[in-house]
Amino acid sequence: MTNNPAVRYLLQAVNLFLFMALIAAFSSGPTVRQLEEGMAVVTLAFGHAGQPVRACHKRTPEELAALAPNMRAPMDCPRERSTLRVELFMDGKLIHDLTAPPPGAFKDQGVDIYENVTVPIGRHTFTVRMKDNDQSEDFIYSNDYSVNLAAAQLLFIDFSQQENGFIFN
Amino acid sequence: MKAKSNPIKRGYLYLEEWFNASFGEAWNPLYHLGPLTFFFFWIALVSGLYLYIFFNTTVDNAHASLEAIVHGHVLGIGSLMRSLHRYASDAAICTIILHIFREFSQDRYRGTRWYSWFTGIPTLWMVVLLGITGYWMVWDELALYVSMGASHLLDVIPIFSDSMARNFLPGNLSDRFSTLLAFLHLLGQPMILIFMLWFHVKRLTHVEISAPRGLAVGCFIALTALSIYKPALSHAPVNLSKIPTELQLDWFYLNIFPLLQYWSPGEVWLLVAGVTTFMLFMPWLPKKDEGIPAVVNLEHCNGCGQCAVDCPFDAISLQHRTDGAKWESEVVVHPELCAACGICTGSCPSSTPFRKVKDGENLKTGIDMPGLTLDKFKQQTDEVLAKLTGENKIMAFGCTHGYDIGTFSAPNVGTLDLFCTGMMPASLAEYALKNGADGVVISGCRHGDCYYRFGNHWMDLRVHGKRKPALRAKVDRERIKILGGADVDGKKLHKQFSAFHDSLGQKTATPSAAATREVSHD
Repeated sequence: MTNNPAVRYLLQAVNLFLFMALIAAFSSGPTVRQLEEGMAVVTLAFGHAGQPVRACHKRTPEELAALAPNMRAPMDCPRERSTLRVELFMDGKLIHDLTAPPPGAFKDQGVDIYENVTVPIGRHTFTVRMKDNDQSEDFIYSNDYSVNLAAAQLLFIDFSQQENGFIFN
Repeated sequence: MKAKSNPIKRGYLYLEEWFNASFGEAWNPLYHLGPLTFFFFWIALVSGLYLYIFFNTTVDNAHASLEAIVHGHVLGIGSLMRSLHRYASDAAICTIILHIFREFSQDRYRGTRWYSWFTGIPTLWMVVLLGITGYWMVWDELALYVSMGASHLLDVIPIFSDSMARNFLPGNLSDRFSTLLAFLHLLGQPMILIFMLWFHVKRLTHVEISAPRGLAVGCFIALTALSIYKPALSHAPVNLSKIPTELQLDWFYLNIFPLLQYWSPGEVWLLVAGVTTFMLFMPWLPKKDEGIPAVVNLEHCNGCGQCAVDCPFDAISLQHRTDGAKWESEVVVHPELCAACGICTGSCPSSTPFRKVKDGENLKTGIDMPGLTLDKFKQQTDEVLAKLTGENKIMAFGCTHGYDIGTFSAPNVGTLDLFCTGMMPASLAEYALKNGADGVVISGCRHGDCYYRFGNHWMDLRVHGKRKPALRAKVDRERIKILGGADVDGKKLHKQFSAFHDSLGQKTATPSAAATREVSHD
């Protein structure tokens, strides 16, 4: 240990300089690159509940009689929802597909979808389609959209049942 | 002969030595990491309050208002405040990490100290969360990056009914969320942090929260210089239809988010939960056996409470007398908090080797260590003193966590290890001098860095008559040498020991062969 105050102060300055250099180095760097150059992002983000796994069934008098009095609802409707199947095409080529089973202990909840797909910039035609009924093989919802994507642009695809399809933002 | 400490501990000790050389023991930052962290929080608080006065927390105006603060305030005060806010927060993370490393490397996180370690880990996470919400409030590209990353992480927790990430898509962003963030960052999280810090230090006494003035001033000047040289800046304002591509992250707080580019949120959670769980349970990997807790001998305790004042771990309290004695209070040891350091024995006024003992009885004191009673180490002192031969006889007392005083052994130098030098009643030095020793050496941990927090400090004050029970004034202090050092300080300590030996006016003691081997390592 040195007892020379000048040397002490110099060493303290060196230590504090190194401390500040550490902070400066990592408080705003190294830089993180989130997206490669020449790429854009298509985001599929929406919430939707699939159709019930089967149609409602009107109970017969015999079926009703077999139930406890407080359980005798005339219609028997399943809680469980269908699995969602979503496909995204770019210029006619499938670039992303997903299968989303309904969450919840009784598989009766709506599905929240948030998917990012990185695509090259330029003019493209996107087609999104969705099947939400296990009893059918048809993709009931299907929409097309043409767009000229700029670098780092975000194409956000939402879904609205009221508007009967996908909305491109 | 004590085993050499592990490479991690030795590495830390060399770092500590470097700081001692630079700052001195009184200002060594490693001895004040907690208070330094508090100091950085104070800077962040004051600068944050300044920013808040002018800051607009709404999504649309947050960025612009911060830019106005940074670029529009006279003399660059706004920029300085914003930069101090960021850099002091970063500095706090550095001191917290060093604090964790220090406690780990010095094995001060197990045994009864599990509580401080266990409560410290979530406290670190709360500090990190506080930083994350701070970056979020700015609503620049970095804030969008943070908000998306945090949302993806939160969305995998099955407690939210809707996807949080969808809030940050075009058309979905609202001021309700920014208001929530402002509440969290400005009030909610700081309040929780204060409570967590209170829990963190609850089992400690004499908690130091103010850094030494010189050290604080030095750090403040350095932070100010950095703030002027490299002002903290925002990214571009948030644009929800554009993905931020290049981001200058604050790695002290946002280091978890880049992982999301490579791992799923679930995998990131797994890592965080795994590391956190491992760190939380480190005190039991393996569990440390602290030794037998202190016991109170009520018939020798007048309830003065000095042991309760001196106990570093709040393991002793006072209660009303239960034995009908004339004294008002008695002390109670809480075994689950006792680190078995023995500092209480050293602080008890009844702990004196000069007390008269009837034949067949043991020397008693008010509070004693069953693992090494006062009677036992008085007997051991007698035995060591009886074996000393030659001139310049020295009785050396050491501690199990400091330098190995066995290396001082020589025909005229006897040694005795205690749990902590704070366990030694100051009167034992006088006793040794009166019973054959020409000098007494007390060698504990490095000054300012007792394994049991205050043992060597209390002992030092007692020997110098500044703390009860004090060494009597008539005892010649020239014949008592207090040393402090770790196992990497052999060379320095032997030099000091030799100087003390020489000062007693006689020729140098010849170290034993074993001691010579040990010293040669240093």
